[in-house]
Amino acid sequence: MSSLDLQVDGLRTINSTLQFQTEQPDWTITSPMGQHAIACGLNTPINVTIDGHTGFYAAGMNQHANVTINGHTGVGCAENMMSGTVRVKGNASQAAGATAHGGLLVIEGDASSRCGISMKGVDIVVGGSVGHMSAFMAQIGNLVVCGDAGEALGDSIYEAKLFVAGSVESLGADCIEKEMTPENLAILTDLLERAGMDKDPQDFKRYGSARTLYNFDIDKADEY
Amino acid sequence: MCGIAGLYLKNPELYSKLGELYQPMLIEMTSRGPDSAGVAIYRDPVAEGEVKFSLAHSALDYDWVALSNSVSSAFGANSRIQQNDTHAILITDANEQAVDAWLRETYTDVRIVGSGTTVEIYKETGLPKDVYQRFNLASAAGHHIIGHTRMATESAVTTAGSHPFATGADLCLVHNGSLSNHNRLREQLKRKGVSFGSQNDSEVAAAYLTWKLRQGVSLKDALEEALDDLDGFFTFCVGTRDGFAVMRDPIACKHAVMAETDDWVAMATEYRAIAVLPGADNARIWEPKPATVYSWGRDNTGGTH
Repeated sequence: MSSLDLQVDGLRTINSTLQFQTEQPDWTITSPMGQHAIACGLNTPINVTIDGHTGFYAAGMNQHANVTINGHTGVGCAENMMSGTVRVKGNASQAAGATAHGGLLVIEGDASSRCGISMKGVDIVVGGSVGHMSAFMAQIGNLVVCGDAGEALGDSIYEAKLFVAGSVESLGADCIEKEMTPENLAILTDLLERAGMDKDPQDFKRYGSARTLYNFDIDKADEY
Repeated sequence: MCGIAGLYLKNPELYSKLGELYQPMLIEMTSRGPDSAGVAIYRDPVAEGEVKFSLAHSALDYDWVALSNSVSSAFGANSRIQQNDTHAILITDANEQAVDAWLRETYTDVRIVGSGTTVEIYKETGLPKDVYQRFNLASAAGHHIIGHTRMATESAVTTAGSHPFATGADLCLVHNGSLSNHNRLREQLKRKGVSFGSQNDSEVAAAYLTWKLRQGVSLKDALEEALDDLDGFFTFCVGTRDGFAVMRDPIACKHAVMAETDDWVAMATEYRAIAVLPGADNARIWEPKPATVYSWGRDNTGGTH
C-alpha cells in the first residue's frame, strides 16, 4: 500500500502518479479536504482509497480502477466513467455518474439531484435515496435506488432501466412504470449483489421510457 | 460563479476566534470569486437606543469625525465613529431611519453599507485575502459571519456591486447565482419607494426582501414568497441579528452544503470551504434541499425548515 497526502503532494502530482500506474496496485489518498478532481482520469486496474470527503468530479473519467471514497463526495462524482468501480461510503452531491458510459458506481448513502443524468451505459446503485431529476435523459445502463426517488424521475428518458424500492415523488415526461421481467430481475439481483446491498429484488419496481417522445418513428420514415 | 460561506458559532468559547476561523473559509472560495469580497460580521451590539451604521467612502483620508459631529448636531444626538480602511462604523442614539434619510441627502458621496444593532458590513474589490486583511478581520470576535467572493456576471466590478447587500435592520444578503427578472423587479420596487445603489441583480433580491420585511412579513415568509417572485438561479444566505438563513432556488441549480458540529454551524458553496474548520471531518454534513428555508439562531437552534 502506498500513501499520498493531498496537502503535501498536491493534486497534480497525485493524479499524474495514479493515471498510468502499473507498478503499485494499492493506493491511499489522505487529507482530501473537499478538493476537486481527485483521482480523475485513472487508466489502470489499481485500487485507490480516498480517506475523507471529496469535492467535485472525484474519480471522474475513470477507466479500470477501483476507487473508494471514505466520506461524502461533491458534484459530478464518477462523471463520464468508462469502466471500473467507484464506491462512495457516504452521500453524493448532484449529478453523480453523469454521462458515464460504463463501470459500476455505488453510493452507500443518498445521492442528490440529477443522479445518472444522461447516463450512457453505467450501472449506478444507490443505497439511500436520490434527488429530483435523476436519470434525466438517461440513455443506457441501470440505476438502482434502494430508497426513494425525488421529483421528475427519468424525465425524457431513452433506454436506461430504473429500479426503485421506495416511493417515487413523481415521474418525469415520458417515464412510466414498466413490467419487471425475469431478465430485469436478473440484472437487478446481480447489481444488488455486486454493490453489496442487502435488499430483496422483489421489493423493487421498474421504470423506463414510454417511447412516445421520440421524434423518429420507423413506420413514418417515408414522411420525413 | 461566486462563492458564499457562513459560520455561526454555537460554542461561546470560540467567539473570540470568529475572524480567525472564518478567514480560510472565505479564502478557499477565491477561485469562485476573485473580483471582490465582503463580509457581514455580527459583533459588539450597541446599547439600547443606539444604532450602528456601516458607511463607506473611497477616500482613505475621508473626514469621518466631521460626519459624526454633524450627525450629532443635526439630531442633537450622541455619536461616535471608528474608521476601518475605506469603511467606518458610526454609532449614534439618533433615530435610525431619520439618520439614514439625512445621510443619503446630505452626504451623497458616502455609501450606507448597512445598519442595525449588531451587524457590520465590509466589502471591497480585490482578492478575498486582501479584502479580509485590509479590514483587519482575522482578529475579529463575534457570534456569526457571512461572506461572499464575487465573479461578476450581471454588473460591473465595483465596491457598490459587491456583496453583502443590506436588507434592513441587521439583515443582509449574499447571493450565488444570477437573476433574470431583476430589471423589471427593480423598476417595480423603485415605484414602491425602494432605492438602489447599483445595477446589480443581487441588490434587487436584497431590496425585494427589504420591501417585504418592511411590510411586516417574517424572514421565512419573505424568502418563500421570493420563490414565486424571483426568476433565476440562486442560493441565498441571509445574515440576521441572531444567526443566518439559507435558501436555494426550486431546481437547486447552484450548489450549497451545510455542516454542523457541537461547536458551529457552517454553510458554503462548496465543502472545501468547510473542510478547513476544526472538526469538519466528523461534522453532520448535508445538502440543503431546493426551495426550503433553513435557519439558525440563538432563539432558533437546530435547523428549522
